[in-house]
Amino acid sequence: MTAARRRHLALGDWLLPLYAAIAFVYLFVPIAYTFAFSFNDAGKSNLVWQGFTWDNWADPCGAPGVCGAVLNSIQIGLLATLAATAMGTLIAIALVRYRFRFRGSTNLLIFLPMATPEVVLGASLLAQFLNFRVNPGFWTVVLAHIMFSISFVVVTVKARVASLDPRLEEAAADLYASPMQAFWRVTFPLLLPGIAAAAMLAFALSFDDFIITNFNSGNTDTFPKFVYVSATRGIPAQANVVGSAMFLVALAVVVLGRLVSARRRRP
Amino acid sequence: MAVVGAVQTLGAGAEVRPQRSGWLPYLLLLPGMAWLAVFFALPIAVLFSTSLMVPVEGGEVGEYAPALRWANYAEAITTYWEQFVRSFGYGFLATVLALLIGYPLAYTIAVRARHRKLLQQVLLVMVIAPFFVSFILRTIAWRQILADESVVVAVLKAVAILPDDARLTATPIAVVAGLTYNFLPFMTLPIYASLERLDTRLIEAGQDLYASPLQTFRRVTLPLSMPGVVAGTLLTFIPATGDYVNAALLGTSRTAMIGNVIDSRFFRVVDYPTAAALSFLLMGAIVLLVALYVRRAGTEELV
Repeated sequence: MTAARRRHLALGDWLLPLYAAIAFVYLFVPIAYTFAFSFNDAGKSNLVWQGFTWDNWADPCGAPGVCGAVLNSIQIGLLATLAATAMGTLIAIALVRYRFRFRGSTNLLIFLPMATPEVVLGASLLAQFLNFRVNPGFWTVVLAHIMFSISFVVVTVKARVASLDPRLEEAAADLYASPMQAFWRVTFPLLLPGIAAAAMLAFALSFDDFIITNFNSGNTDTFPKFVYVSATRGIPAQANVVGSAMFLVALAVVVLGRLVSARRRRP
Repeated sequence: MAVVGAVQTLGAGAEVRPQRSGWLPYLLLLPGMAWLAVFFALPIAVLFSTSLMVPVEGGEVGEYAPALRWANYAEAITTYWEQFVRSFGYGFLATVLALLIGYPLAYTIAVRARHRKLLQQVLLVMVIAPFFVSFILRTIAWRQILADESVVVAVLKAVAILPDDARLTATPIAVVAGLTYNFLPFMTLPIYASLERLDTRLIEAGQDLYASPLQTFRRVTLPLSMPGVVAGTLLTFIPATGDYVNAALLGTSRTAMIGNVIDSRFFRVVDYPTAAALSFLLMGAIVLLVALYVRRAGTEELV
C-alpha cells in the first residue's frame, strides 16, 4: 500500500475496531450481569445486589424447582437430539446422494419449519394435541423438539455430506466391501464431525427453547419455562448459577472443538 | 455475483453427482419426513381449520365446533391491527439495528482479523457466546439492567443522555433493544460466512481504480456479501417479528406484539379460533414479505 492510501484509510483503521469493541461490550453486558448475580447473597429475591457469596454455587438445587426443571430440560434435550439427529442425517444423505421424485417438496417441507415463527409452530401443535385429546406434558415437548430440530440437523449434515468425495465409497466397493460395510466403515466415520455438530446444535436448540415448549408442556417445567414463570417475583440466584454453568460448559465444548479441528488440520 | 456467493455460502463443496437407486432414498427420507408431516404439516392444517371454527352454543368455555367462519379473520384484523403493525415495526427496527451492529462486527472479524487466526477464532466464539446463556435469562438480565434503579440508567442520567424523569424499562426502546440483542448473532454469523470468503484483492483493485473507500464498499464489498446479508436479515426478522418474550419481559401491554396476543388468546381466554387466525395472518404476512424481499435482493437460489 502507498503512503497516500494508508493515510486515507487511517480513520477506518481505528474506527472499525472501536465500533466492534463497543458491540462486544453490548453483547457481554447481560452475560456479565448473569454471572455477577449468581454470586449475589440474595435470599428470596435476586433483584438488587446484597453482597457476595459462594452459597448459590455450592448448592445450586437450593431454590425449589430449579434442579427438577434442569433435569427435565436435559432429558428432553437428549431424547430430542437422539431422534432428530438420526432422522435428519438420513434425510441429508438421501438429499445429497440420490435423485428421486418429490425432491422440491422435500426441500420445502424441511425449509418451512425454520421459516415459521415459533408462536405459530407452538400454537399449531397445541391445537393438534387438543383436537386429538392428547394432554400436553413431558412427551409432547419431546415430540415438538424433535420436529423443529430435524430441519437444522438436515442443513448441518447436508453441508458435510456434500463435501465428501464419493470416490471413497466407490473405492470401498472396488475392494469388495458390501454397501453396508462401505457405509459404516468409510462414509459414516467421515460424516461423524458433521453429525456431532448437528447433534450439539439440536441439543442447544432444545435446551434453550421457550416459546414452543411453553405452548406444549402442560404442567411440565423446563429450565427456560421455570425462569420465565419465576420472573414475575424475581428469579432465584440458583437460576443464574445454572445459566452461568451452562455458559461455561458450552464455551469449553466450543473451544475444545476448535482446538481439536485446528490440530487435525495441521499435519 | 450474488448467486455465486449464495452457492458458496451454502457450502456446497465438491459437486456430487446424485445417483438413482430405486427405493433406498425413499426409505432414508421416510422417518424424518413422516415426522414433519405429522408434527408440522398436519398441525398447520389443524390450525387452519381451527381458525374457522365457531363456539359451541351452550357449550363450555373453550369448546368449538368445525365451521367455515371467515369472519374470524376479519375480526382478528380489526381488533388487533395495532399489535400487527407494532410487531412488524419492531421486527423491522430490530433487523435494521442488528444489521448496523452486525455488519461492521462481521467485517472486523472476517476481513480485519483475517491474518490473525487465533484472534479471529476468539472473536467468533465471543459473537455466539450470548447464545450459551439461556434466552430467557439474558432477557431478564436486560430487564434488570434497564430497571429504574440500575447503574446503567443512573450513568445515562448523570451524563444527561437521559432526562431525569425518563425510564428505559417498560418502553418500546427496551423491547426493540432486547429483540436486537437476542437475534444479533443470527445476523452476524451469515454475514461473517460470506465476508470470510471475500477476496481482499478485489477491494485493492477497487482502490487502484481510484474508487473511494465508500464507493469500494458499495460497489464491491456489499454486493459480494449480499447472500450473507439476505440470510442474516431473514434469520433476524422472522423470529423477531413473531417473538413475544421480549415484549412480555421488557415491555407493557402498550408494547404488546402479535405473539403476546396469540399467547393470551390461547391460554388466558381459550379463544382458539382467534389465536389460530392471528397465527395464520402472521405466517402469511411474513411469507409474503420474505418472498418480496428475496426476489428484490435477487438471491432466490438461497432458498
